[in-house]
Amino acid sequence: MRREHHTIVALVEDRPGVLNRIASKWRQRGFNIESLAVGHSETPGLSRMTFVVDAATHDVEQVVKQVDKLVDVVHIEDITDHDMVSRELAMIKVRSTAATRSEILQIVDIFRASIVDVTPDTLIVEVTGEEAKLDSLLQLLGEFGILELCRTGRIAMPRGSTRVSPDEEPHLLLPHLAGGRAPGGIY
Amino acid sequence: MRLTGAQIVFESMLREGVRHVFGYPGGANLPLYDTFVQYPQIQHILVRHEQAAAHAADAYARVTGEVGVCFATSGPGATNLVTGIANAWMDSVPLVCITGSVVTALIGRDGFQEADITGITLPVTKHNALVQKAEDIARTLKEAFYIARTGRPGPVLVDIPRDTQQQLAEFEYPERVSLRGYKLPEHIDYGQVKKAAQLIGESQRPLILSGHGVILSQAFAEVRTLAETCDIPVITTLLGISGFPGTHPLALGMPGMHGMYWNNQAISNADLLLGIGMRFDDRVTGRLKDFAPHAKIIHVDIDPAEIGKNVRPTAALLGDVKAVLQVLNKEVHPKQHPAWRAWLREQREQHPSIALPETDKLLPQYVIHKIYEATRGDAYVVTGVGQHQMWAAQFYWYDRPNSFITSGGLGTMGFEVPAALGAQVARPHDVVWSVCGDGGFQMTSQELATIVEYELPVKFAIINNGYLGMVRQWQQLFYKNNRMAVKMFSPDFVKLAEAYGMVGMRVTDKLQVESAIERAMAHPGPVLIEFVVDEDENCYPMVPPGASLQETIDQPQPSREEATTRR
Repeated sequence: MRREHHTIVALVEDRPGVLNRIASKWRQRGFNIESLAVGHSETPGLSRMTFVVDAATHDVEQVVKQVDKLVDVVHIEDITDHDMVSRELAMIKVRSTAATRSEILQIVDIFRASIVDVTPDTLIVEVTGEEAKLDSLLQLLGEFGILELCRTGRIAMPRGSTRVSPDEEPHLLLPHLAGGRAPGGIY
Repeated sequence: MRLTGAQIVFESMLREGVRHVFGYPGGANLPLYDTFVQYPQIQHILVRHEQAAAHAADAYARVTGEVGVCFATSGPGATNLVTGIANAWMDSVPLVCITGSVVTALIGRDGFQEADITGITLPVTKHNALVQKAEDIARTLKEAFYIARTGRPGPVLVDIPRDTQQQLAEFEYPERVSLRGYKLPEHIDYGQVKKAAQLIGESQRPLILSGHGVILSQAFAEVRTLAETCDIPVITTLLGISGFPGTHPLALGMPGMHGMYWNNQAISNADLLLGIGMRFDDRVTGRLKDFAPHAKIIHVDIDPAEIGKNVRPTAALLGDVKAVLQVLNKEVHPKQHPAWRAWLREQREQHPSIALPETDKLLPQYVIHKIYEATRGDAYVVTGVGQHQMWAAQFYWYDRPNSFITSGGLGTMGFEVPAALGAQVARPHDVVWSVCGDGGFQMTSQELATIVEYELPVKFAIINNGYLGMVRQWQQLFYKNNRMAVKMFSPDFVKLAEAYGMVGMRVTDKLQVESAIERAMAHPGPVLIEFVVDEDENCYPMVPPGASLQETIDQPQPSREEATTRR
């Protein structure tokens, strides 16, 4: 089955253990999470998680359904096929000398990245963009020697009025499901 | 009203209608037990091992349709529950397990008898929670019972530290739960119902695969109406057994690995399968890619994650089985399938999978059949896992709704003893037969003490062939008859029964079977009968693991491999 990168967004209760519950569902099916970004959403009490996984669509669908069953998961959606904006932020610590500094600065400039720390032997470059852009910058800076790298993982948002959002109505106790079932029964 | 955390637990349970708790005390749940005496409305059943508390609560829930409740202490008490919780998880049984935890100050510090039980049970519970404030107990339990019993039922674990059980808090039981992440199907997709009705109307060779969901949603009448209106034969999965009357002319029995030969051929020839409250488990489907090659599939289930998991349905009816079938039954039109029924009859005549062999030997199948004759189907039959379980599924006609209690998904040996206990607590005036294997029985036989102590008149039938029979069968068929670690020594079961203070009998001859069963039924208390059965008998029909249903072996071929036996 064809594998591809999937971008999955989940809105989850901001409670201890939620990440563990969700990660456990991916683990159980043997998925490797390529990146994961977590932070607050527009709704108080709800965190927004963005997962990137590399897997077959049918398998991803199955896990998404399993994750959706978790009580703490309010909404989950695979937005891979949406028209979306996706970004990642990276900080790259590059070895630099008086001789190489200006060349590095030129590259940084071309990528519209910025320098956030300078010492006689190092520079920290901060860059934001899609993964491909980050990858190309990393490749170029690699020649100077990368001492340290951290990437946030992808965050993504559908363009326009489309939203990743749960139903507005909270789920309430349904009267016909409230009581226990009558014991026994007849065919 | 200000109450202690422990009192809040009991007040909450009373409001949830709890009448029985299966449990075991220990350091971390002592405040709960200290408070128990204030609540005589709830009976405590002291098991001999926490695994039994979970299994007993599981069977109790299956029999009553209510949520089963068990208590255990922290650490080993809680971890002993895990097998029982996993069993309930796999078979969609509503449980609320309340464990005591070490005091809050010790959590995460390797306190005495500390185990991260919410972490451990995470993959085998529908939900779980660690409550660290007494004021949160009522809401958490309200949610726990609600989550356990609604939608696709399942176990929920609530872990309460000992100091939280002692803490005072204002008690008010919430009327409603508000869980924005808990979704239940609220609407029936009418378009899919129409589509399903059309598929049924067009079908020439339809079959119903009736699963546990039919029993859980008490949809007995609805399935029967659908089957009779549209003349659709009904196959019952292992957990679906007793969801449809076993002696009904449309009843075909079990499919799959040890299912009826005719069923496996029927599935392979059907043009329409209606999977109702079942999940196309691998033991039902055989090799998935060759499953039902000519059939369109209608899948009725309450769990959206089951739709499309193993098979791709043509019509998917998401919702409670009973509610969905009530709507579907209004859309279908009466029809007949004489050619299909005749074809099925022919298959049954040519391959009478479960004909009782004529022999003087004491065969396990005969024992099961005699229990059926003695009870006339008016009993709960509880089993463990293995050959005896399959024979109990094959040779007993379940004519009473929800009368077969077995461990299906997890396949937990040892389920038979504590589950019979739980079923009998739930139904003290009904007959409960526990059909046991000699192996599984010894995994949980300590519960005989509980059964005697609480005067539960369970009838045990140990099908003793001196082997872990199903494992040996696989070794014979697929491992060159290399019988490693399957020949099993057992104690004198009659003396064991007597040691516990119950009646024990041993049957070694076919001619004694009937009278032993009758004597057991006539005795008011618990009875154990050891049936020393023919040790060579194996379980057929059989679909070899990884094979397709078309490759079902109806009758055994004599083994040419010489046995090697080691313990």
